[in-house]
Amino acid sequence: MNVEAIVAAVGLEVKCGRESLGREVTGGYTGDLLSDVMGHSKEGYLWITRQVHQNIVAVASLKEHAGIILINGCEPAAETLEKAEAEKIPVMVSVLPAFELSGRIYNLLTSPG
Amino acid sequence: MKLSEVRDILDAEIIVGEDCLDLEVHTAFGADLMSDVLAFAKAGSLLLTGLTNTQVIRTANVLDIAAIILVRGKKPSSETIALASELKIPILTTKYILFETAGRLYMKGIVGCLSKVENTSGRT
Amino acid sequence: MGEPKPNLYSESFHIEGGNFNSAGIVSTSIKSILKKLGIPGDIVRKAAIVSYEAEINVVSYAKKAVVNLTVGPGVVRIEVIDEGQGIPNIDLAMQEGYSTADQRIREMGFGAGMGLCNIKNYSDDFHIESEVGKGTHLKMTIQTP
Ligand SMILES: Nc1ncnc2c1ncn2[C@@H]1O[C@H](COP(=O)(O)OP(=O)(O)OP(=O)(O)O)[C@@H](O)[C@H]1O
Ligand SMILES: [Mg+2]
Repeated sequence: MNVEAIVAAVGLEVKCGRESLGREVTGGYTGDLLSDVMGHSKEGYLWITRQVHQNIVAVASLKEHAGIILINGCEPAAETLEKAEAEKIPVMVSVLPAFELSGRIYNLLTSPG
Repeated sequence: MKLSEVRDILDAEIIVGEDCLDLEVHTAFGADLMSDVLAFAKAGSLLLTGLTNTQVIRTANVLDIAAIILVRGKKPSSETIALASELKIPILTTKYILFETAGRLYMKGIVGCLSKVENTSGRT
Repeated sequence: MGEPKPNLYSESFHIEGGNFNSAGIVSTSIKSILKKLGIPGDIVRKAAIVSYEAEINVVSYAKKAVVNLTVGPGVVRIEVIDEGQGIPNIDLAMQEGYSTADQRIREMGFGAGMGLCNIKNYSDDFHIESEVGKGTHLKMTIQTP
């Protein structure tokens, strides 16, 4: 399943990085501590977080995440969008809290077909 | 669902609260930042987090959280265990990451703390 | 105006700055006191949340503080008076997301820049004053039925 399919299925607002929405999603990681995400997330994951500052782009880029989803309707900082655009990393926003959003995406990724 | 079911779904180990397995839970909140938990989580919810320090227990106590689920196989320190026992807050630990922990519980019917929805639902 | 009604309960507590092992003890005490006084659960929770956020701020950013809890008819008042660095720009500090928390504080799960907002949102009335180099004074009022 690619990022675009998840955007459509759970109703995400795409803030930047549209050209990369075709990326395949291999899993998800939910977390707000950068060192934790750095240490344990994997390539192709969608990262679900409430952090909005520009450091998240560096983490997502280094770990080659499929994209970043901000929860609770959080607005990304302007520098975050600039950097993410430059790195071609999709940044998306959901109005849902982390639990609910993770639950829905996990369901999509694990349900057969 | 009962806390015992949560344990089974998550293949979790109970660290504190063996005697609380009949507790009923319906909602959950996942976060690593305590102020987020304080802003949004509802009393009686499960708290899913990767943090293990004593402030997690204090936060849970302040909010009347039903139980804490530590993710990614995290083990709490002895101070955390002692405080949780004192304040009677169950702690479970699961090997799943927060994403998968949320996913597995969500599939079995646990819902998120959608604050706006809950506020108008006439909870007493 | 008649005689002011007497307080049902009042107590003062001390918080030691920098000591994260004891951070939260005061709010836990406040919570159990309010519960024993028979105050409804959702009000107790609000009071516990505001005192906890304030307590964590004292431990994170100040030297020490006194917390005064007063329970009067129809009201719970919590006042936190700290000695410490103070807040140079209160408007900025009150902004959601603004934080000067260091790495150590962040690793404990704080530093989202939401504490003061939470305090304001969970209080029915909230006042903050601060003087750089001296300290910060918070006054929170929560109404009880
Ligand atoms: N008692 C205080 N003394 C000095 N500075 C303070 C005090 N309380 C808050 N501040 C300053 O105001 C900022 C914002 O405080 P606030 O509680 O809203 O967020 P935080 O403590 O940074 O993060 P969070 O509360 O979400 O964990 C702090 O980062 C700090 O710079
Ligand atoms: Mg704070």
